[in-house]
Amino acid sequence: MRITCPYCGERDRREFYYQGDAVALDRPDPEAGEAAWDDYIHNRDNPAGVTRDLWYHETGCGAWVVVTRNTVTHEVLSCELAQDAKEAGA
Amino acid sequence: MVELKAKTPCEGLLPIEVGDLRLSEVEAGFVTSVAAFKDKDAALSKALQAAHGLEMPAPNRVSEAGDARAIWFGPRMALLMGVSADPSLAAHGALTDQSDAWAVVRLEGARAADVLARLTPIDLRPGAFGPGSTARTELQHMQASITHLSDGTYQIMVFRAFAETLVHDLKTAMQGVAARQG
Amino acid sequence: MRLAGKGQIDRSRPVKFRFDGVEYEGLKGDTLASALLANDIRMVARSFKYHRPRGIMTAGSEEPNALVTLGLGPAQDPNVRATTVELFEGMMARPQNCWPSLGLDLLSVNDLAAPFLGAGFYYKTFMWPKAAWEKVYEPFIRRAAGLGALSMEANTDRYEKAFAHCDLLVIGAGPAGLMAALAAGRAGADVILCDEDMRTGGRLNAERLEVGGQSGAAWAEAMTAELQAMPNVRVMTRTTVTGAYDQGTYGALERVASDVAMRPGAPRECFWRIVAKRAVLAAGALERPVAFANNDRPGVMMAGAVRAYVNRWRVSPGRSVAVFGNNDSAHRTAADLIAGGVHVSALIDSRAEARCDLDVPFYAGREVSAVHGGRSVEAISISSISGVEKIQADTLAVSGGWNPSVHLTCHMNGRPEWNERIAAFVPQEGAVPGMLTAGACRGDFSTRACLEGGLAAAREAMQDIGRAVPDIDLPRAEDSAYDIAPLWVVPGKGRAWLDFQNDVTVKDVKQAATENFQSVEHMKRYTTQGMAPDQGKNSNIGALAVLADATGRGIPETGTTTYRPPFVPVPIAAMGAGAQGKGFAPERFTTSHKASVARGAPMIEAGLWFRPSYFPQRGETHWRQSCDREVRMVREAVGVADVSTLGKIDIQGPDAGAFLDFVYTNMFSTLKVGRVRYGLMLREDGHVMDDGTTARLGENHYLMTTTTAAAGQVMRHLEFVHQALRPDLDVRFTSVTEQWAQFAVAGPKARDVLNGLLDTPLSDEAWPFMSCGAVSLAGVEGRLFRISFSGEHGYEIAVPSRYGDALFRALVSRAEGVGGGPYGMEALNVLRLEKGFITHAEIHGRVTAFDIGMERMVSAKKDCIGKTAAAREGLNGSEREQLVGLRPAGEVKMLVAGAHLFNAEAEAVRVNDQGYVTSVGYSPMLEANIGLGFLRNGRVRHGEVVRMVDHLNGVETLCEVCDPVQFDPEGGRMRG
Repeated sequence: MRITCPYCGERDRREFYYQGDAVALDRPDPEAGEAAWDDYIHNRDNPAGVTRDLWYHETGCGAWVVVTRNTVTHEVLSCELAQDAKEAGA
Repeated sequence: MVELKAKTPCEGLLPIEVGDLRLSEVEAGFVTSVAAFKDKDAALSKALQAAHGLEMPAPNRVSEAGDARAIWFGPRMALLMGVSADPSLAAHGALTDQSDAWAVVRLEGARAADVLARLTPIDLRPGAFGPGSTARTELQHMQASITHLSDGTYQIMVFRAFAETLVHDLKTAMQGVAARQG
Repeated sequence: MRLAGKGQIDRSRPVKFRFDGVEYEGLKGDTLASALLANDIRMVARSFKYHRPRGIMTAGSEEPNALVTLGLGPAQDPNVRATTVELFEGMMARPQNCWPSLGLDLLSVNDLAAPFLGAGFYYKTFMWPKAAWEKVYEPFIRRAAGLGALSMEANTDRYEKAFAHCDLLVIGAGPAGLMAALAAGRAGADVILCDEDMRTGGRLNAERLEVGGQSGAAWAEAMTAELQAMPNVRVMTRTTVTGAYDQGTYGALERVASDVAMRPGAPRECFWRIVAKRAVLAAGALERPVAFANNDRPGVMMAGAVRAYVNRWRVSPGRSVAVFGNNDSAHRTAADLIAGGVHVSALIDSRAEARCDLDVPFYAGREVSAVHGGRSVEAISISSISGVEKIQADTLAVSGGWNPSVHLTCHMNGRPEWNERIAAFVPQEGAVPGMLTAGACRGDFSTRACLEGGLAAAREAMQDIGRAVPDIDLPRAEDSAYDIAPLWVVPGKGRAWLDFQNDVTVKDVKQAATENFQSVEHMKRYTTQGMAPDQGKNSNIGALAVLADATGRGIPETGTTTYRPPFVPVPIAAMGAGAQGKGFAPERFTTSHKASVARGAPMIEAGLWFRPSYFPQRGETHWRQSCDREVRMVREAVGVADVSTLGKIDIQGPDAGAFLDFVYTNMFSTLKVGRVRYGLMLREDGHVMDDGTTARLGENHYLMTTTTAAAGQVMRHLEFVHQALRPDLDVRFTSVTEQWAQFAVAGPKARDVLNGLLDTPLSDEAWPFMSCGAVSLAGVEGRLFRISFSGEHGYEIAVPSRYGDALFRALVSRAEGVGGGPYGMEALNVLRLEKGFITHAEIHGRVTAFDIGMERMVSAKKDCIGKTAAAREGLNGSEREQLVGLRPAGEVKMLVAGAHLFNAEAEAVRVNDQGYVTSVGYSPMLEANIGLGFLRNGRVRHGEVVRMVDHLNGVETLCEVCDPVQFDPEGGRMRG
């Protein structure tokens, strides 16, 4: 598998650490209530299809990357910096 | 009064030669990580230019001026080598002394890229990684910085404490490549 | 029998080798198989299950029978296919699956027991009694099963792995692959051309076909020379592409040529990971057998393989050869044998309308129904409506048609499609993104079609990547049509083999169908057809045709089993190349490593780091003696320990304080410059992630310390919090773990030791507890932190790593002058246990700030990572297991880490569990074993006696619950 680090370009998957769903970007307000926090911390979809996950370019440049990919076809659809995704969503 | 004697990371390990491949330690001198503060990228680059005659390198690139070399080291970050970082830079970015943090070696030889291809997954073809290119990547199991200095000459850096493993891994790869040459 | 003529062997270079203990001679250019056939060795192996005599059947990597073990001792290599291994001087090959010898094999009795060993016999036979499994069945199966054997010694050979990148990967260097590589090479693309053979050319080496007016082999050689002269083309022979993976990544196994592999430092094999923008699969096709009685006898071979031996190696597998087929391959073989001067006793063609222009006895519309002979073919039976005719022959060449090598197109879930015209499966278009197919692997069998296909595929690939292929004239080449009448099984008496490697017969597959294993995947697993090293390369299509027939379905509906990587067996040694010995994991050495080793300290691993356990002194025979002494030494004088392995992260920026407030539970923005504070870090789920001290070096400059174990995790976490959650904060971090060598100097005489080294002596007023600042030692700029993990008056001193070795030696030498010395991890652990300081043995991932008694460190004034979740119900309160100290209170004065705690009167069963022990050690100061652990509602239970039970080791004792801090609870020693 190959992931395109927005800084370094296309790299082998072995340089990256996988974290999990990019929902982690959307940290709720401390007062958002138990349900929101439960969803944020624990509840995850496991789709056959498109997912959006966070990968860390650990042995590379240290960038956190949001990778959109298809778990069925293994296609990598897009890679963007977590920082950009966060700022765009903010 | 005690005297503290300095040791280099690869002391007693290098240089080595295998076939026409050569691996030697680089005494890097001053090494400073320079990381731009928020919205200070341009100002930092300008300050670098004023103080050391070089710009902040673009991702995966090296910029050089005289003894000074800045190699891209991560997002909005470079490693300034060969000169003592001018204090004026501190207004625009975080300066962190890294002079003792890295084992720095140089690999030379016509088939140096073949040696690296046994240890790193990056594309080393001239079109993708010609002289002036640098990469943060892995070397065998270690986080590394690999820089193509000039044709057939590469600078490789890993954390200082990995110096023995660095030399071991490179030497093994050098032997494999040299043996094929006969 | 070696024939006259040129071939692709060097008659001037004889090569001596041994097979089954006997010395033979072959020629340079031979494979082991061609050399054995040249020496008239017919029987080379015994079969897997029935131990039937077997001979060489093919001339390629699909060989099911001729598996041998090469070499002796640690490097012995089982399951080497004699058909692919190049002969080299001194080769030692042994047959497999026979005992005591190939000729006299005791397990061949299995062949007589065949009626009981059919499909599913494992499942039916080894059912009961249950007790027999371990003692009887398993040892028997282990001895009888498996192909080949390992030496069970560590392999001393060197293996290598490597990465390569290209624009176009061409898989297979037959006519299609050569043409594709040539076109892409001339277009200026970076090309890698792989072929598993020792030379390029593919089938052109095995045929007498002409290409462009010269022999096919000569044309291939010329093409290869042109390719090798191109700087943008890499030709890799002896390299099998074994798998197709995501985003254009391919695995390939290179067998380094034997003369090179013998050089010092050279690898035997190299496992390549090739990344290609595009790939052209030109893997050719494999000829398939026909099932008839005793079709597994030595001397029954594939017709195309016979041509390869005759044309390429100038070897005839026999003196009187019968040829049988359902397509023109049989005719071509007969013609080549005749041209080579070999007697052809019969040509049998199952197609009724077939014509023959050769001067041989020809039987159209007839089939071979049986082979006669034991250890070799002696005669064959030909059946027809009018009866059975017996013909003398020592060899039978068979062609049941050709199966395109679609394997790699299936590695990413592609399903091959049945093509009625060629009675074979062909690749699904686009099955592997970026991979095109050309030539015989897509069912285009003529040489001309292969050349055209290779060119067309290269053009398409080049267009995709924006390169133009210059005009190329295709050479003149054979362009005959492929005509086949499907034939899978010839009915008759006796067992007819489908899968030679796994001893699966037509009857087995029919039986599977009868017993309702009708899905092709079920049939495979029930009969074991298609398993083992050859993965059914010869047998899959025949077996599913039989299954289709037995279940009344067509072949397309029956479908194939899934082809998975690798295409050929890849030794684990090659896949894990470079990971043996020192290559397994990097070794991370502190600057004091050499000095510690020189003092005889046993080094233990802490992650990748190596740290000293203890520093033995003369007369100490047990680690406890050293440890006890080192603990007392620190408490009574002074000790020196290397603490450089703790993670150190330099944090700078206008928002550094705000950032730390967000990642730590407690406040850091309020910390004064020149001071140090202990910090607690939570995960977002409210559990403790790590702890450590953070120093404020300047207004916008902090230095964070992490535990050794969590340094990498914390760095990743900080980057995550900054980039993904708080990019608004202006802060940067850099690891400085390796920049600084840092040593703890602890004990009542710590200041005396440092004052001998520092350019300016320390005072209590200038350096109170939890202060930090710059210092100078012999002109070297260092940092000093007055912190303590031992509970003693102590410091940590840091200097740039180049001075680490010198400073450690100087500190130790000074310490020894005042009754102190170095201390190791064991003493460090006891010192912190006495003080109740936690490590990752306690903050193991399931504990909260509340559990370790630090809930007041979660600041109410601000948000932080983990704060909301830490307040959840169930993470606080009396039902939680809380950190406590433990000391033995019964007859047994022992504590065991990992043991569980129960109420004193309760039965030691799970439902009564009250907690567990995390750390234990012997305190020489308290003269007792002490421990830390977690006990339900433990903080209010100090003084209570509980029961500790270690069920694994059978240790049980009573122990008293106490405060975690068991030594100097007021902390006067540390602060004073």
